[in-house]
Amino acid sequence: MGNGRFFGGVHPIYNKGLADARAIVEMPLPEKFVVFFGQNLGAPSQPVVKKGDVIRKGQVIAEAGGFVSTPVHAPTSGTVDSIDVYPSPVGVDAPAAVIIPDGKDEWFEECDVERSSDGLSIDIIKEIIHDNGIVGMGGATFPTHVKLSPPADKKMDTLVINGAECEPYLTADHRLMVEHAEGILDGAALFAAVIGVKKVIVAIEKNKPDAIEIMRKAAAGREGFSVEALDVIYPQGAEKQLIYALTKRKVPAGGLPMDVGVLVQNVGTALAAYEAVRYNRPLIRRVVTVTGSGIREPKNVLARIGTRFEDLIDFCGGLESDAAKCINGGPMMGVAQYSLDAAVTKGTSGLVILRQEEIAQFVSDACVRCARCLDACPMRLNPSALSIFAEKMRFEDTKKYNVMDCIECGCCAYVCPSRRPMVHHFRRAKAEVRKLQRKAG
Amino acid sequence: MEENIEGKKPEPKPKKVDVGPRFVVSSSPHVHDGRTVAQIMRLVIIALAPAALFSIYIFGLDALRVIAISVVSAAVFELVSRKVMKRNVTLRDGSAALTGLLLAMNLPSTSPWWLIVVGNLFAIVIAKQLYGGLGYNPFNPALVGRVVLLISFPVNMTARWVTASRFGADAVTTATPLTRMKESLATLGHIDMAFGKKEILDLLIGNRAGCLGETSVILLALGGLFLIWKRVISWRIPVMFIGAVWAMTGVFHLIDPARYANPIFHVITGGLFIGAFFMATDYVTSPVTKNGMLIFGAGCGVITVLIRLWGAYPEGVSFAILLMNATTPLIDRYTRPKVFGAADSRKAAA
Repeated sequence: MGNGRFFGGVHPIYNKGLADARAIVEMPLPEKFVVFFGQNLGAPSQPVVKKGDVIRKGQVIAEAGGFVSTPVHAPTSGTVDSIDVYPSPVGVDAPAAVIIPDGKDEWFEECDVERSSDGLSIDIIKEIIHDNGIVGMGGATFPTHVKLSPPADKKMDTLVINGAECEPYLTADHRLMVEHAEGILDGAALFAAVIGVKKVIVAIEKNKPDAIEIMRKAAAGREGFSVEALDVIYPQGAEKQLIYALTKRKVPAGGLPMDVGVLVQNVGTALAAYEAVRYNRPLIRRVVTVTGSGIREPKNVLARIGTRFEDLIDFCGGLESDAAKCINGGPMMGVAQYSLDAAVTKGTSGLVILRQEEIAQFVSDACVRCARCLDACPMRLNPSALSIFAEKMRFEDTKKYNVMDCIECGCCAYVCPSRRPMVHHFRRAKAEVRKLQRKAG
Repeated sequence: MEENIEGKKPEPKPKKVDVGPRFVVSSSPHVHDGRTVAQIMRLVIIALAPAALFSIYIFGLDALRVIAISVVSAAVFELVSRKVMKRNVTLRDGSAALTGLLLAMNLPSTSPWWLIVVGNLFAIVIAKQLYGGLGYNPFNPALVGRVVLLISFPVNMTARWVTASRFGADAVTTATPLTRMKESLATLGHIDMAFGKKEILDLLIGNRAGCLGETSVILLALGGLFLIWKRVISWRIPVMFIGAVWAMTGVFHLIDPARYANPIFHVITGGLFIGAFFMATDYVTSPVTKNGMLIFGAGCGVITVLIRLWGAYPEGVSFAILLMNATTPLIDRYTRPKVFGAADSRKAAA
């Protein structure tokens, strides 16, 4: 136990000062929403509305498509204008419902009704969490009820509430902790009860001293709760690295945190789960940090799921004239957008807009074998060799060199003096290895 | 396109259609720490500068001549070979200039111009560009240049030393300390040389015969520490290299001091410091793994001592590094870092 440092990592320019002191502001209803049906990692949800349907806020518009799946809810009351394919923020075109608000913003029946969470059974809590469409809001969007259901042979002993927020620029989790400490901890208590653990660690990087202080105060009266201040190093918030820093336990390669008895949940997820259980509020809004030097008024926006990026940007004063890149997520792992028709999903933690001189151009110059990437890789891979194999399409070799353990954190590319597009190579190699595995299987 | 030649009307400009903002789309990450290959090469050149300037101070304008011819010819060979191969010109990355400087540091101040040019021909064209340029060369280009010259023109490379003129005895043909050691051992059966405080001081400062960059051990070490401090190189290769030379010659010195010189002599003489800090640490031709660097450094040290004590040449640093260059891919393969959470940690978790 203790504040151990994980191996590798980098110190990017954080630029969190653009937004970290700005309180969360709720965005008024835009003229239309684009709500994607596939909002979680795993099986895509199945649409249950059609063009012309009149819906209310919180009504299910897509049902879970399997166990590893969650329903999607309407962000407001209104009409389904069309169901069409839209550019999704993760870079592919995906089916979505276009919803025109009626302005009344009326809840669907049973939604937004306060109830006591005392006496609810574990299964009921998990069901509520599932029914309200709760997924990991740190960006991975893995269905929370699945994470809360470890197999019986896994002995869980620790819950980690992830408030590290190690991605540069993003301050959504920071603001949540400052403004909603109690709700987050209530959500954490729910999670702890569900998986049957007594120990809850809230992990926060030291660059958020106000959040640490507030969370410590809020956690003071709660038995088993502690708040750990972590060194500021990217990717401190990556699950495996975070668990190691807090507990010195190493999640086995290819394994999951539950293999070492730990469950990690993002602070936003904890709050959303609390609101789901306590108020039966489905996940239809989240905090999105709209920031970067390319936006006129950086803000932490409480935005409905389905808010188009264009509307979000307008709400934040619009783009600077030399805005050159729009990123869904942070600059280390986020996805560059080609269209502002894309919209907020449950995994949209931020919209970072950078200007031309700030964005890195990656080219395919030869690797000079400087080994900086080996020092930076928090998974202890050999990115240099991996990228060369990938370039030569030697995918069997990338597998042998553990490309499947790559967490795509981007540290290798961040430090590469030859500006090689490392992560791009590894994503491709991973896809090819999966293809090989399918063929073999 | 605006000119209105021969009465032709300029094409009307297409009306600008507002398609919304255009964004750069690329894979993450979207930011970079700013370090470039050219910056790294510049730092290495800066680290070499004190020793290079000192060589001009002690060997006079001849040293400047060698450095100038070497750097210019390296750059010209780089430019010409890239042009001939129809590839992008890579002069800006600074690697050719650095190779030229390193080769110059490995030549005697008496080198004729053609010798320097031939050395750079082999370094840049044969050892580097024919393999595909920076990043693809298996052997250290500057050392290939030096060794080709050493084997082909032994008289120019080993027999025409001048002792540093600033310390007197100007332009007297003399032998390097390592050559004297080896010759006395061959003729007398034991090493015949003084090695006291004065000699140590002379070697440290650079008051001796040798290549330009071999002389000032102190300035080379400072340059090397600068590179380690700037995180351009790791301590692993130089420490293991110098440490292995010290330890191995130390053992033999203990066994028979009459035949084997003091380990401190071995460490501060010859090309060990420039080799250990500036040549063996060449990124492209040395391992990328941490353990690999340790093995590589130690291997360089052991081979250097083998050649110095029992080989035909008085000095073995260049050969040692080149031989270890050949093992680099193998070392990298067998010293792969264990992925985070690999088998061993499963026990710890259980």
